[in-house]
Amino acid sequence: MTVDLGRKKVGGVELTTGCVLPSDGSTQRTKTGGWRAMKPVTDHAKCTACGICWVYCPDASRFKDKDGKFDFVADFCKGCGICADVCPVKCIKMVVEEK
Amino acid sequence: MAILGLDEKEYFARGHRACAGCGESLALRLLMKVAGPNTVVCHCTGCMEVVSTPYPETAWEVPWVHSAFENNSAVASGVERALKVLGKEDTKVLVLGGDGGTYDIGLQCLSGAFERGHNITYICTDNEAYMNTGIQRSGATPYGASTTTSPSGKVSVGKAEKKKDLMHILAAHHSPYLATASVGYHTDFLRKVKTALETKGPTFINVMVPCVPGWKIEPEATIKIAKLGVETGATPLYEIIDGKHKLNMPQDPSKLKPIEEYLKLQGRFRHLFKPEPKTADIARIQTEVRENVEKIKAMADKGC
Amino acid sequence: MKEVMEASHAVAEAVKAIEPDVIAAYPITPQTHIVERLSDFVADGEIKSEYIRVESEFAAISACLGASATGVRSYTSTSSQGLALMHEVLYITSGMRLPVCMSEVNRSLSAPINIWNDHQDSISERDTGWIQLYVETAQEAYDMTVMQFKISEDKRVLLPSMVCMDGFTLSHVYEPVDILSKEQVNSFLPKYKPVHAILDPKEPLTQGPIGFPTHYMEFRKELCDVIDNSLNVIGEVMADYSKKFPVTIKDSRPERYFHTEEYMMADADVVLVAMGSVCGTIKEVIDQLRAKGVKAGLFKIITYRPFPKEIIKKKLAGYKKVAIIEKALSPGFGGPLYGEIATALYDASSRPQLRNFIVGLGGRDVKLEHIEKIINMTLKGEGKLEEWMF
Repeated sequence: MTVDLGRKKVGGVELTTGCVLPSDGSTQRTKTGGWRAMKPVTDHAKCTACGICWVYCPDASRFKDKDGKFDFVADFCKGCGICADVCPVKCIKMVVEEK
Repeated sequence: MAILGLDEKEYFARGHRACAGCGESLALRLLMKVAGPNTVVCHCTGCMEVVSTPYPETAWEVPWVHSAFENNSAVASGVERALKVLGKEDTKVLVLGGDGGTYDIGLQCLSGAFERGHNITYICTDNEAYMNTGIQRSGATPYGASTTTSPSGKVSVGKAEKKKDLMHILAAHHSPYLATASVGYHTDFLRKVKTALETKGPTFINVMVPCVPGWKIEPEATIKIAKLGVETGATPLYEIIDGKHKLNMPQDPSKLKPIEEYLKLQGRFRHLFKPEPKTADIARIQTEVRENVEKIKAMADKGC
Repeated sequence: MKEVMEASHAVAEAVKAIEPDVIAAYPITPQTHIVERLSDFVADGEIKSEYIRVESEFAAISACLGASATGVRSYTSTSSQGLALMHEVLYITSGMRLPVCMSEVNRSLSAPINIWNDHQDSISERDTGWIQLYVETAQEAYDMTVMQFKISEDKRVLLPSMVCMDGFTLSHVYEPVDILSKEQVNSFLPKYKPVHAILDPKEPLTQGPIGFPTHYMEFRKELCDVIDNSLNVIGEVMADYSKKFPVTIKDSRPERYFHTEEYMMADADVVLVAMGSVCGTIKEVIDQLRAKGVKAGLFKIITYRPFPKEIIKKKLAGYKKVAIIEKALSPGFGGPLYGEIATALYDASSRPQLRNFIVGLGGRDVKLEHIEKIINMTLKGEGKLEEWMF
């Protein structure tokens, strides 16, 4: 890094000069998956792997699994249900998540 | 790696604190895939700025700067010139803001930047109210919508004024490319993002993004409602290219889906239907929506 | 190179030699001469700065913020209502630790609208976290403008700064100024290298996040510590400049620049405290009265923010009578400078009698008679604690 972020601890709090942060997508440290009440269950037999659910997820919480079918990223999915709504073959169902 | 023609890499990472089903965060996630890593984002205060940069975390994977509510275009003017000094004119300057920071408080700086002709692309994620502060009306709020500062009531229909026509305000600044878009039609939206970024000079896109708590909709209905906005003509998709209009959708103003289909799904218009339908107001909205699409089509057909 | 020129043109010469990468320009009387002179330099290709003709001062400071955040040197100039319009962004610029440099040509604040000189505009921004330096002469305006870039950009500082000079009574006045060559300025001020803030896709940074209650207070403490410590850096830069570029025009500036300047203070029975060009008038009156046996002295403050509390306490504590003369006010309180000096002296072992004189608001001429009256009133203990010298 050519810049010096001036990291230091003040009163036990980690600071940088001018509150600057590296743009490294560090929000991924916070698992927003804990927010959801419903989770998307995908019927992989029906899934055509079109990718539409992946496009329309506001939280980038769909992924292509090793069989080429799509599923949800449990750590981050907020359970909004957009994937179930946009799926052209309606192979995703929102079910209440048992904790 | 690509899925449906889109870069798999996320430049707007997960873990951001947007509501479940947030249309605005989806729009940002997608447009960043088109903009790519060689971009500097100048963002104004709003939902997205707050949910994407909770110190010490950030959702961004590109250079990003936020300072105040109304000055993203002025900041971008300084950034654009500074990049020129550094020999980085090929780095794109992307200016982002909600309708509050764009239509109202940010209008002066936006006008100044467009008049000076900076090579910037401004994308307004329009959810038709000041959502971050709890759903207050903005200049972009449509007629009849209920917000906390324009609530429906015994003597109020909600917002009594029409939506500000920002597209034509910016067209008067001789911008080479302006477009409306919707997060419900992502291929159209992203084609426009690419065009706007590749066009030299100040370009603008107004992308409609439904808001779950603000429009009082179900989180899963975000895309469905965005599409209905277009299909009913409430939020038509069109471009102004070198001053000439081009209507994308809906193509035929005589075949619009009835406006009720769009309004009924949103709690912010509930007062138009319950306890009894306000037929005069709904008819007025229907007429204005149709006439707006007709006007754009007429200009497009005439070649102006 | 010595030349007789308007103080605002001297400032433009300093900015020309420094050649900031981005200059944001918006007109407001009485600073406009600075940006106009700079635009001439740009139009003739004498400087290659990117000159943005913004649509308001709010846009001016925002554009400077954007340029500085990108990693280049930026500059603007303003006065009065323009500075007031920048208010919000001034706090943000210092909070983001961006070393934006600005010339502040002091003018009163409306209402009623008034284009003439006083310090209400810059004093009203004393809480913004900007370094504030006040100058008396055209030479000082030139010198401080060169120095402010070095101070702001020092990695121990990284704070924006404003050099405050009186509108019309200094900005439009012709004085002899010794202008450095570009080579001399470059030898003093190194090429700009951003420390913590850049907008570069190769090293992407997020600038301006939200600071929750868990973090905000520590950031503000850090800011305060930094601006307090900047007093040392300002002192270093002033000493360095004074050594490299000694005085060549008599009485144009102090021999050795420092946060304060003492004029005939040693045996004074009454010390006047003031900032800016009124100090020239005060020095003239002191000379005249000394000839008549009245022992008055001047304690001029140059560095106002950070406020040199310890220096003031040390220098003023031994005196019996001190009159604070200022062109600013805090309605409902009184003179701000008076309040701050009183605070600095509060726990001194011996405290002088303090008087507060409000002068020259809205360009009201501060005459030799006013200063003489102030000295006499203070010596004789006449009048109230706060007096307005109309």
